[in-house]
Amino acid sequence: MKLSRKFLNDYIDTSDIEINKLANDMTSVGNEFDFCGKLVSATNLVIGEVISCMDHPDSDHLHVCKVNVGEKVLDIVCGAPNVREGIKVIVALPGAILPGGTIKEGVIRGVPSNGMLCSIAELGLDHKFLKPEDIEGICELGLDAKVGEDPIKYLNLDDEVIDFELTSNRGDLLSVLGMAYEIGAIYNRKVNEVCLDYPKVSGKMNFNLSIDTKKCSLFLAKKAIDVTIKESPDFIQKRLIASGIRPINNVVDISNYVMLELGQPLHYYDADSLGDTLIVRDAKDGEELVTLDNVTRTLSNEDIVISNKNNAIGLAGVMGGLSTEVTENTKNILIEAAIFDSVSIRLTSKKILRSEASNRFEKGLDPKRTYMAMERSCYLLSKYADAKIIDDIVIFDESVKNDKAIKINTSDINGLLGLNISKDEIIDIFNRLDFSVLDNGDDLTVTVPSRRIDISIKEDLIEEVARIYGIDKIVGTLPVLPTKMGSYNKFLRSVREILSSLGLNETLSYTLIPNNIAHLYTIDEFDEINLLDPMSDDHRTLRYSLLPSMMLTYDYNAKRNNKDLALFEVGKKFKKVDGNYYEKNSLAILMSGNVDYGLNHEKVTFYDIKGVMEELLDGLGFKNRYSLNTDNLPKEFHPGSSANINLNGKNIGVIGKVHPNITKDNVYLMEIDIEELENLGVKKLEYQEISKYPAITKDVAFIFDRSIKNEKIVTAIKKSAGKYLTNIELFDLYEIDESNRSLAYKLDFRSQDTTLTDEIVMPIFEKIIADIKVKFNATLRDK
Amino acid sequence: MENEYQERNLKIEQELVNDLSLAKTLNDVVVTKAKYLGKNGVITELTKNMRDLSSDERALIGKYATEIRNKANDLISDKENKINAEILNEKLKKETIDITLPSKKRKTGSIHPFNRIVMEIEDLFVSMGYDVLDGPELETDEYCFQRLNIPLGHPVRDTQDSFYVDKDCLLRTQTSSVQARTMEKNVEKGPIRMICPGKTYRRDDDATHSHQFGQFEGLVIDEHITLADLKGTLEVMARKLLGEKTDVRFRPSYFPFTEPSVEVDVSCFKCGGKGCPLCKNTGWIELLGAGMVHPNVLKSNGYDPSKYTGFAFGTGIDRLAMMKYNIPDIRYMYTNDIRFLKQFDRKECK
Repeated sequence: MKLSRKFLNDYIDTSDIEINKLANDMTSVGNEFDFCGKLVSATNLVIGEVISCMDHPDSDHLHVCKVNVGEKVLDIVCGAPNVREGIKVIVALPGAILPGGTIKEGVIRGVPSNGMLCSIAELGLDHKFLKPEDIEGICELGLDAKVGEDPIKYLNLDDEVIDFELTSNRGDLLSVLGMAYEIGAIYNRKVNEVCLDYPKVSGKMNFNLSIDTKKCSLFLAKKAIDVTIKESPDFIQKRLIASGIRPINNVVDISNYVMLELGQPLHYYDADSLGDTLIVRDAKDGEELVTLDNVTRTLSNEDIVISNKNNAIGLAGVMGGLSTEVTENTKNILIEAAIFDSVSIRLTSKKILRSEASNRFEKGLDPKRTYMAMERSCYLLSKYADAKIIDDIVIFDESVKNDKAIKINTSDINGLLGLNISKDEIIDIFNRLDFSVLDNGDDLTVTVPSRRIDISIKEDLIEEVARIYGIDKIVGTLPVLPTKMGSYNKFLRSVREILSSLGLNETLSYTLIPNNIAHLYTIDEFDEINLLDPMSDDHRTLRYSLLPSMMLTYDYNAKRNNKDLALFEVGKKFKKVDGNYYEKNSLAILMSGNVDYGLNHEKVTFYDIKGVMEELLDGLGFKNRYSLNTDNLPKEFHPGSSANINLNGKNIGVIGKVHPNITKDNVYLMEIDIEELENLGVKKLEYQEISKYPAITKDVAFIFDRSIKNEKIVTAIKKSAGKYLTNIELFDLYEIDESNRSLAYKLDFRSQDTTLTDEIVMPIFEKIIADIKVKFNATLRDK
Repeated sequence: MENEYQERNLKIEQELVNDLSLAKTLNDVVVTKAKYLGKNGVITELTKNMRDLSSDERALIGKYATEIRNKANDLISDKENKINAEILNEKLKKETIDITLPSKKRKTGSIHPFNRIVMEIEDLFVSMGYDVLDGPELETDEYCFQRLNIPLGHPVRDTQDSFYVDKDCLLRTQTSSVQARTMEKNVEKGPIRMICPGKTYRRDDDATHSHQFGQFEGLVIDEHITLADLKGTLEVMARKLLGEKTDVRFRPSYFPFTEPSVEVDVSCFKCGGKGCPLCKNTGWIELLGAGMVHPNVLKSNGYDPSKYTGFAFGTGIDRLAMMKYNIPDIRYMYTNDIRFLKQFDRKECK
């Protein structure tokens, strides 16, 4: 909302308050601003008279002028086509700062030039407010303009503007009058009456109004006849410009002027094109309407339309229709002042057009103000469009207009705010807000005028007191609460700590991913969860797995030549089953390229990421509870270097190399259903007795068929060995040929209660060798 | 007689010292040792052929012989140690390495700045007795809006333009949804003290806005909670997170789920309030939105507003991280450039 100071001063005199102070004081009661300052910021301007004008000797379009600016006569070179002897002009003196730059004394093609003659556009007004002549040529002031005086003042552009960014509850501030009440409360000043007194002619409306929707609570119609369409008076035009609205003609300008002044949007129909019937109804699905901007709109039944007997002729609250538009030839006007359902207007305007009017309907309107706006509109039409106003009116009114009475006491107020404001001060604040107060001892009954649609309960009044009293005067205290220990998710924090200490860097990626990668890295068939209205294809689908996100992160880094990565992320993944949505935390890990270890650059292998997995699971307390299997791997994984991670008989994740069909780079991925782990119990961390007795260590190397997996052999050795085998370690692996390999194990035998001897261990050791030979058709490798 | 033995010992010692001083290697020492202490060594000879002597005489000779033998042993082993030390030093010198070569390590990883801030906030509020809670990111319109006094068609929905997946479900636009869930879950409808950090989503994308961003929300409900308590709590938070000298300022504002509502500014931690580019020369930085829980919110989640009051506050996590670590563009938080991530690899315990 752009507030014009001149407009404001009609209702409350603020001429003694500097504009920055006014803006800051409004901010401190909750109304922030984007801009405050002069409407025209150009400096060092003066009215001059061109006393001679000759062609420039060295140019086909420049003129050399002598310009009388009062104190002296300046030589100024001017290129405008309309410059000529005898006209009054705007002169920017040397040192003037215009939006286009600073004016300096200079020489233009050999002729001295000590200033500039300005067009209106060059003063910095937005081109949308200007006529072509304001842009193409220099401004010609009237002959009554006095040489040496301020041209901005002469042009009635000496206004100041504050552009407020209002909170959405303060629809009442979308009007100059509303602003006046707010400012009146701050400075304790009274607001002036709105002038509504105009001559009327007697007559009948002879008009059928029918409200066939629940979405219209108030509809007023009056007639203005014999209007003269012309330019608005200068003050109306300039106030509209200051408020950000382009002047059109007196009638259109008056409807906008009243909207700015009182906050109530109006609509004027050409009464003769309209006929004698007006229906307000819900639009039919698929119904068409040509709006003022000559666009055919297809409507749906959530829109409200104004209709004649047959067709929709306007989109209520949003835009009028072309067929009943007020034109240069309009003689008679039907004035509409109405209140439409704010939710419906919001939906329609979101689809079609956000306008100053729809914005006000959306925020809600005061029915009393609707009546006032009708009268004010008649007053202005009568005064500035020669209209005769018929004294009859058509009214449909189901609106609630009662001022609200709210009971409150000082302890309610001080109790919620943590302040100690006296009752007298509180009453004074309500009075300043123009709320009337009935003082019943402890209780106050506060009557809130209907314009404050944002206030309906006690707490709203408490906020009003706090705003005007100065909410920043509150001194901070700490709540008196019982001492207790707070809680947080230690599990996820442990995951982060373990992984970052293992050298992985945490990432944070988008939950929304492109649809075409959503199904990768899983064998699951699932229903996609897609946004109804995505901003772009890149963020269309909720991820079912974190791995597509992880690979996007890989691609981003690989493009920047960062291929040596060790990353992890914990985040939500989503699924939809039978129409219900589920989400849970998942952990993804990516390791790629090389790892540097001192001078060695080692290629990342499966065993690196497997090591991270083991450290994580062991670190979380799941040691010896998980295993890997290679059934049914997602096709995006290398079939020979990947596995499912199984815990307690359930697959909880996948680990392995990315398939070369996806990337030729050396990339490993892992995902674990971390929430599954979070919900499982683990063994208590407890001291285990350390054996006092020495160990006997035996080494053995076998030759196996290559297909035999290490884990199977280890399990078999453990089974064969019995209780004295306390540790088994694969210490050497040698690929003999394409079908055979040698695996060498170191076995530690130890007892908890006696010193083992070779006599005890050797038979066990020999049994192991015999068992393994038989079980795997293995041979002993020579020592 | 005794003088004679003494002088003889002295003479032997001088000769031994002289011999040892000439010894260069361990082998030289061995030769010298044999010369004095060997089978026919000078000192060994002293106690030979004593058969004819009286027992007193033998005892006296024995005493002096032992004395010089001990002395000799000491001198010889000193010399040995000295040579050994030289040999070792020589060896160690040869073993000198280039200590400036690259170390062998698995470099420590890092925790994302977003979660670093979350952890910092969690630690702070946990120490004040708050529980850290979580809620769904894919939320229903009811919990995201309606239970927070934002009915359908409410204009505030415009500023929280949302991603719906069907007519009832959307990616939450604010962590405030967890407020409603927490109040609902609290079956006794008793006091609440919680914060809920998490991801939120709105249709927005530029240098300071991302369609995905983080918020955290705090909620305290009890009897007699005041707006002054809110201010005091936020003062503690601002001072712990941004520095002990930070001031907190309230401005009236509007949020549908609080009444009264305030916009909370903190004095600029960069310039201390003097004015700088970070605070746009105002000395203040807009940090969070807050207020007293709206009675409608209490009611719609089963709390009796005539008994309980409460405060709530919320702010952006990304913004806090960006301010704290001087990150100029929110997109850096989500592109995961390894050169960005690796910068957050150290502890901040000071």
